[in-house]
Amino acid sequence: MDARRAIEQVARDSTGRLLAFLAARSRDVAAAEDGLADAFRAALEVWPHTGVPDKPEAWLLTVARRRLIDRTRHARVREAATPTLLAAADEAQELAETESMFPDERLKLLFICAHPAIDAAARTPLMLQTVLGLDAARIASAFIMQPAAMGQRLTRAKAKIHDAGIPFDVPVASMLPSRLDAVLEAIYAAYGSGWDDLAGADPRRMGLAMEAIGLGRLLLGLMPAEPEVQGLLALMLHCEARREARRTAAGGYVPLSEQDVARWSRPMIEEAERLLAAAEQAGRIGRFQLEAAIQSMHARRAGNGRTDWEAIALLYEGLVRHAPTIGALVGRAAAIAEVRGAATGWAFLQAIPDEAVGSYQPYWALAAHLLKRLDRPEEAAAAYSRAIGLCEDPAMRAFLVQQAVVT
Amino acid sequence: MNYTILIYETAADFAERTDPQKQQAYWARLPPYIKALKDAGVFVGGAGLEPPETATILRRRNGQRHVQDGPFAEAKEQLAGYFIIDAPTLDTALDWASRYPATPGGAVEVRPNLPPMQH
Repeated sequence: MDARRAIEQVARDSTGRLLAFLAARSRDVAAAEDGLADAFRAALEVWPHTGVPDKPEAWLLTVARRRLIDRTRHARVREAATPTLLAAADEAQELAETESMFPDERLKLLFICAHPAIDAAARTPLMLQTVLGLDAARIASAFIMQPAAMGQRLTRAKAKIHDAGIPFDVPVASMLPSRLDAVLEAIYAAYGSGWDDLAGADPRRMGLAMEAIGLGRLLLGLMPAEPEVQGLLALMLHCEARREARRTAAGGYVPLSEQDVARWSRPMIEEAERLLAAAEQAGRIGRFQLEAAIQSMHARRAGNGRTDWEAIALLYEGLVRHAPTIGALVGRAAAIAEVRGAATGWAFLQAIPDEAVGSYQPYWALAAHLLKRLDRPEEAAAAYSRAIGLCEDPAMRAFLVQQAVVT
Repeated sequence: MNYTILIYETAADFAERTDPQKQQAYWARLPPYIKALKDAGVFVGGAGLEPPETATILRRRNGQRHVQDGPFAEAKEQLAGYFIIDAPTLDTALDWASRYPATPGGAVEVRPNLPPMQH
């Protein structure tokens, strides 16, 4: 194979694994990134002449590690890490000479990225950059941040990992549930950032939903028996299955209840259902299993043509008890409105504290919809106006403008 | 802290203002956004601007005054208006900028305002 193509492929397939291996040993994510970047540069110079080595990853690790040790010696400030690095040097040499694969440390890296000591706003970007190798500019676009500010946020988070001595370990059993929650939330945040932009108005934002699903699959591979991991992946797949159906050919917004089920992805729904069924076996319910179960109920419309709102309202009840987020509270009010009428739904919506709803667009969209059904046109118009003013998605905005006019 | 959201539009976007088919949708975009800014208590000020061909440029060179038809620079996107908002951080300001109902060819720019001058 052509050397440049081989390097690109290794970069695409193995950057996360290589970085995790190096970072777990140097305890310094930024230094590991620099070392790995040096190794890729060296490969670009050497491989075209020598050919692609038998074990390209091991070759890169050996070079990266050597660079890491050089830097450590040069800086003479991180001497404590040098013995670990030298041990890692031997390890990498050994890996290059034997048949064994180098150990996959990405699970440790995922837990580091979502460590409670790391700024919550930095966790998802850090995962996307270190585990998947996305560049900071693309991550910044997805989270509507200035690229330079995102770069700083990532740099600060890496410095924190190093300076605070955050351990490169999988948490012990007693800590695992809460620490795993943070990992799952960070992955789901990446999914959410990609979801808004189905119109593809900004192509740089397009891919993040698939990247998040990739992270979900990776985590499932590393923790195959965790029901909440299965739940998260099932949830993302259920949502992703509807991507095509969420837009008309002209790019218009189509609400869930009006989507053409023939345009839903059967393979994704089936995979999500299998995951959810497997998760239920563990007998440990959790937020992501509940959210996936709600989406699973919606998916059944593809089979029998109807939506069981009674069951959905019950699942939201459970979700609100597990995780009373503003999203769950608004979702519950919507489900209750379907089961017990708009007036009851409106009462649930009004019970949500004012300070939580201020700029939360879905609240105002639902309020507008319910007020319209309750034949309170003036209040509905005010709520529509608010929902429209808070919209980021042009297709959703156009849909609401149309809804506000039709009475 | 105050931030200015500068709204840029293309010639085609400006043309929608007077196109009988499109002008209603063009103008209807704006009131809900302005209301959302006001309801959230972040609105400080702002204005829409007449199209670039109405602009006049003044320069003083070697003591001579030059008056020229605008706009300042021939660019694909021209300034169409601005908002001044009060937001705690750039991130919040960018959130509000991302909600601006931009025209298809348009773009928005966000700049931190300098602190008020002492008189």
